[in-house]
Amino acid sequence: MSIYVDYAATTPVDKEILKSMLDNADKFGNPSSIHRIGKEGKAFYEKSRKNAAELIEAKPDEIVFTGSATEANNMVIRGIVSYYERPHIITTSVEHASVKETYQAMEDYADVTYLDVNEHGQISIEDLQDALSERTKLVSIIMVNNETGTIQPMEEIRKAVSESNALLHVDAVQAFRQLKISTKSLGCDFLTLSGHKLHAPKGIGLLFIKQNTHLNRIMTGGSQEKERRAGTENTLYAHAMSLAMTQAEEKREENTKVLKALKEKLISELQTQEVPFEINGSTAFQTNHIVNLYFPWTTSEYLLTAMDMAGIYASGGSACNAGTVVPSHVIQAMYSEDRARRSIRFSFSKELTEDDMTFIAEKLKSIYTKLKDQGFI
Amino acid sequence: MTNKDTTVVVGMSGGVDSSVTAKLLLDQGYNVVGIFMKNWDDTDEFGVCTATEDYEDVRLVAEEIGIPYYSVNFEKEYHDRVFQYFLDEYKKGRTPNPDVMCNKEIKFKAFLDHAMKLGADYVATGHYARVTHDGENVEMLRGVDNNKDQTYFLNQLTKEQLSRVLFPLGHLEKPEVRELAHKYDLATKDKKDSTGICFIGERDFKTFLSTYLPANPGRMINMETGEDKGAHDGLMYYTIGQRQGLGIGGDGGPYFVAGKNLETNELYVVQGDNHEALLSTSLLASEVNFINPMPETFECTAKFRYRQKDVPVTVKVTGDDQLEISYDSASAVTPGQAVVLYDGDRVIGGATIDTVLRNNEVLEYLA
Repeated sequence: MSIYVDYAATTPVDKEILKSMLDNADKFGNPSSIHRIGKEGKAFYEKSRKNAAELIEAKPDEIVFTGSATEANNMVIRGIVSYYERPHIITTSVEHASVKETYQAMEDYADVTYLDVNEHGQISIEDLQDALSERTKLVSIIMVNNETGTIQPMEEIRKAVSESNALLHVDAVQAFRQLKISTKSLGCDFLTLSGHKLHAPKGIGLLFIKQNTHLNRIMTGGSQEKERRAGTENTLYAHAMSLAMTQAEEKREENTKVLKALKEKLISELQTQEVPFEINGSTAFQTNHIVNLYFPWTTSEYLLTAMDMAGIYASGGSACNAGTVVPSHVIQAMYSEDRARRSIRFSFSKELTEDDMTFIAEKLKSIYTKLKDQGFI
Repeated sequence: MTNKDTTVVVGMSGGVDSSVTAKLLLDQGYNVVGIFMKNWDDTDEFGVCTATEDYEDVRLVAEEIGIPYYSVNFEKEYHDRVFQYFLDEYKKGRTPNPDVMCNKEIKFKAFLDHAMKLGADYVATGHYARVTHDGENVEMLRGVDNNKDQTYFLNQLTKEQLSRVLFPLGHLEKPEVRELAHKYDLATKDKKDSTGICFIGERDFKTFLSTYLPANPGRMINMETGEDKGAHDGLMYYTIGQRQGLGIGGDGGPYFVAGKNLETNELYVVQGDNHEALLSTSLLASEVNFINPMPETFECTAKFRYRQKDVPVTVKVTGDDQLEISYDSASAVTPGQAVVLYDGDRVIGGATIDTVLRNNEVLEYLA
């Protein structure tokens, strides 16, 4: 038996999407070519762009396909910081590494504020308001946290940022399958998405740039994407991205129902089995596809290995190059380093069943009991 | 219990020895799991971390032979239990043996526990030593490769620890292990053996130590003549019997470190091979570990340092955790180092040298 509960890390490519990619593989033309084959490629590509734009209530011109969400986040942050003379930029202490580390890299060229979070993993609007100044050019917010599923108070964030001159950058990578995403209601200037979190292949991301927004480009060498990203367009993967977005949109409601049941099942089973644990953050402010649990009786490094040996594939923190676990900065920001070293993320997809959750709880129970019997707890 | 039902966690370092260890156990039908231990963050100024390269080799070998592999971080345990001891011993003017401590506290304690928690029946490492399990009876024997035998470093392992340990390379000679690695075409077959203390690696020992302990230069005194022989860089940099790196010479042969005076911060040196000042006839030791119970007095052989020839000794248990070990004569017996006791090939156990005596007189500067 093997159970993959790491869908927030990546998802398998959907069979229908894969089939459609193969069916359309003959539309190989370079969209920049003048000839008919190129024009066919261009039309194919623009169809994907139009569909993706509609799904997030944007104009096609506002969509740039990228190689990844990491690239898209880099484009925004580096593009804004280099456009202005030492701007002030604001983000949170619980961002994905692609935002967090890019902000850190910008510290030489910009004044950077990292907003703290409370135990639920949410920022305080007062903090944001206090941090915003005339010099603030960018606010980057992870809408749904990739480690805890915590949803930030986007409406209040929108209001606060709209009262300033700053641009709002929303990392919606984990949000899209769970919540309706509208660039209009989010009031954002930038929004980033990733294909492989939506059952499209790895290697495709999306960046929404609101019309008339100025930023420098980081990739040069061609006039593609209205000179916002040089490089031959990845037509086939953009197609996959567009299909994945449609799928996610259509199945969101049904998906939510299943994921909610899974999350509740795992929690209740662990309670029934009397495995000591606590939920990181509050489920009231979280999506259903992630639950991050604190197991005070062991370390995530041990538990991830023990679960892997039992056929359960979860995550906790990130892996260093030597394969050891680096504790999550998100759990650290919410609680403590010790708690971060003892926390595991389970993330779900509707392929999973409630029996799978029972199996996981039983395995955790047996691991817990064995450690107790051996005198390690 | 058949081998198939026996889970062995192999401590894989990314070296040729542990690679062959894993492969041999796998071929014997065991359920083998490889685990890499990260004990030290040695990322250098260029961002190169040998742990990363070593783990990469573990991955390659594990994929080649088809076993699951994992990693575990013992940086904190290593720092607290091995590195702190290492510094403390140097501060006391002694010469510590971090490899002995690493085996005692990390590889066969923290790591063994980790493996047991994961359901292992045994842990295995690529050490050149043999262990025999015969019911309740557990013995450790020297590795058959005299040149590589590592029992000196394993002397602190208890019977309980050894009952959970396999050393598949103990009956092999090092060249045979290389041959096997080639035969199985393992990714590590031509990898250079690591040398020196793991956390120092290829770095200069003095530079390394000086980043953790303040160097306190002082005078170098000829123990016999009282003559000032110049400055020394700090007592911690010298070990008893050391000949290299003193920067002095002259007629009458090479100089040797013969003692340290922590109070006056003086380093004592003597001239000439096998100088009497370096000779001792007995020692006192603590941190006593007998793998199996021993009588109050017994005769056996001993090593006072790694790769030294065995010396016949008489051992007397003089108190709780206290041994007196006497012998004809030995040179440069060094406090802080291990004394390891043997009965033929069988390892009796070991202890840490505290005090060195000549004809019952304490050699007080042999610290």
